[in-house]
Amino acid sequence: MRVLAAMSGGVDSAVAAARMAEAGHDVTGVHLALSRNPQSYRSGARGCCTLEDSRDARRAADMIGIPFYVWDLAERFHADVVEDFVAEYAAGRTPNPCLRCNETIKFSAVLDRALALGFDAVATGHYARIVDGGLHRAVDPAKDQSYVLGVLTAEQLAHALFPLGDTVKDEVRAEAARRGLSVAAKPDSHDICFVADGNTPGFLRDLLGDAPGDIVDASGTKLGEHDGTFGFTVGQRKGLRIGTPAADGKPRFVLDISPVDRTVTVGPREELAVGSLSASAPRWCGPAPDGEIACGAQLRAHGAEVRAAARLDGDTLRVTFDEPVGAVAPGQAVVLYDGTRVIGSATIDSVDRVTQPV
Amino acid sequence: MTTGAAPARVYLDHAATTPMLPAAIEAMTRHLGRTGNASSLHAAGRVARRTVEESRESIGATLNARPSEVVFTSGGTEADNLAVKGLWWSRRRRRVLISRIEHHAVLDPVVWLMEHEGAEVEWLPVDELGRVQVEGVREAIERDPDSVAFVSLMLANNEVGTLQPVAEVAALAQAHGIPVHTDAVQAIGQVPVDFDALGVDAMTVSGHKLGGPYGIGALLVRRETDLVPLLHGGGQERDIRSGTLDTPATAGFAVAVEHAVAAQPAEAERLTVLRDALVDGVLEVVPSARLSGDPVRRLPGNAHLSFHGCEGDSLLLLLDARGIDCSTGSACNAGVAEPSHVLLAMGYDDERARGSLRFTLGHTTTRAEVDTVVAQIGPVVERAMNAGLQNVRKVS
Repeated sequence: MRVLAAMSGGVDSAVAAARMAEAGHDVTGVHLALSRNPQSYRSGARGCCTLEDSRDARRAADMIGIPFYVWDLAERFHADVVEDFVAEYAAGRTPNPCLRCNETIKFSAVLDRALALGFDAVATGHYARIVDGGLHRAVDPAKDQSYVLGVLTAEQLAHALFPLGDTVKDEVRAEAARRGLSVAAKPDSHDICFVADGNTPGFLRDLLGDAPGDIVDASGTKLGEHDGTFGFTVGQRKGLRIGTPAADGKPRFVLDISPVDRTVTVGPREELAVGSLSASAPRWCGPAPDGEIACGAQLRAHGAEVRAAARLDGDTLRVTFDEPVGAVAPGQAVVLYDGTRVIGSATIDSVDRVTQPV
Repeated sequence: MTTGAAPARVYLDHAATTPMLPAAIEAMTRHLGRTGNASSLHAAGRVARRTVEESRESIGATLNARPSEVVFTSGGTEADNLAVKGLWWSRRRRRVLISRIEHHAVLDPVVWLMEHEGAEVEWLPVDELGRVQVEGVREAIERDPDSVAFVSLMLANNEVGTLQPVAEVAALAQAHGIPVHTDAVQAIGQVPVDFDALGVDAMTVSGHKLGGPYGIGALLVRRETDLVPLLHGGGQERDIRSGTLDTPATAGFAVAVEHAVAAQPAEAERLTVLRDALVDGVLEVVPSARLSGDPVRRLPGNAHLSFHGCEGDSLLLLLDARGIDCSTGSACNAGVAEPSHVLLAMGYDDERARGSLRFTLGHTTTRAEVDTVVAQIGPVVERAMNAGLQNVRKVS
């Protein structure tokens, strides 16, 4: 098989490419340049797509003995991922850019180009498994990335390869060292790759400008002020900077974000509880569910899976949880599971709270 | 038509670097085991110095310069930097005249002088074939000759291969006492090069582009031309350049220059035939392809082609996978191909600039290599066209 290995410069994608080459495939490495002005060096676990990452990827490809190229996708990435990210925050939602990148860049722009150039598949260092054409959780629960891949359709999955899905991270690092890959001890990246310093509110403020408003409780009483609603996520507790403590002394959480009147509503933890949600733009990794199904649901990357009933209502996915769940942020994806298998995903639009604010 | 067996890999990127000539390898390796700093006074130093000076004399004689006019450097980039910055600091005049199609080793130091030293850069006009217009140079000089620090114009462009009217420009500048530098890196061994007859004050030469070793080059500097040095130290090279000389490399370099220049007339004829076969063959298979640069006044080994609707990167990847080494000819930024500044200066739009490939032929090139490219280019272009341009950029 002719395989295009997307190589970020990290240890996972390097080992994934090495495994593909070792399995006898005709592998070509490609580093995706996603930033218009790449930083020269990364510091710690922050960001990616630096010039150093590009060199690390090239060095790994040289060690594996495969051709290597850099593809410039900065414009597409900016249009499809960064602008969407900013617009979603501006609308009071909390987007997941990694998921959007998998949907529109890695398994769309890159896959399309790869197929046109005569490749059969794109391999990445994601932790997930493909079994009989279906997407499944990785064996390493701590690294499982099936959530951010839940947007892939069956056609996209048919041309995707995740060689690391059956391995735990420690073994991947050990294997990288054994293979002489210099990225074996490179720290994992955690933050959003295009927010170089990891300061998302600062990044958004630079683009959106200050939009000060009030922080209020459920009754509308003003508790404090903020510089912009884009600095907040539903369920957030830290950084609210509320001077007056709650009467009962309990911590307060963001319940609702309303960019139109620039209001952030906060309240106690119990008011976060969500009984059901509506989500749009569903994508199915296999057949779409027929009628109501009992399934697992995951509501954020690395979040716990909860039991739920899901039903497709036109283009709207309605998910009702068996037990109320904590903070659910509109803009995030709800990914549905049948055991380890991903059924599909949709973008959360609205939630129904168990305890309606008075 | 004779067609040999298809070669294992086809190397058509001689403008990037060309294989070392066996005679140059022999000359260089002969000296690698010997000890001696060419600046030392003792016997070991004398032996090294003899090698260095004989190399200098040989290069001078071959390119028609005096031995004292040959200043060894670490390569073409250093020689270009030495010429550009050295002339700027010795002349202390505000205007610099260069073309937009210069190599980055000239372009970037000039831009640096503009940003840090207040240089006023005047861009010499270039036509759609990549030729600098002599009348434009005359106008730029005569508008205010006293303010010109220097003129720099390459002898042959490294991307599209167009030869430049360096002698004419030098004559214009000389009439006003303005020094002229030329980067002759791509020209030597491909076209006749005579330093004295060109009338320039400084000329850049590189070792590895003509069959010599990496890491050595020279700036030929007229004796009466003042240059402020970039590297201060032992003053080994006329006090213009310091640093212990690489004796084995000077020997290999000199042999390579001798051989390349001696072989040039026959090699130019041979390469022209092969290059034309390559261009004609590709155009026959891909009629929409276009040759860039001057069709006649160009380097014999250069075939620069643009392919409508293709990304140069895609073409490169597909040819590489089929065993063919060539170049998109454009500069890289973190490995990301930018549209070539040369093609943009020639008035190409972004799309045509991105859809370009440079094949450069050299002393090892065979007819079989050319035939392999012609046999592969059709399906490669078809593939690349399918992959298209739209995937990597937002469709507006």
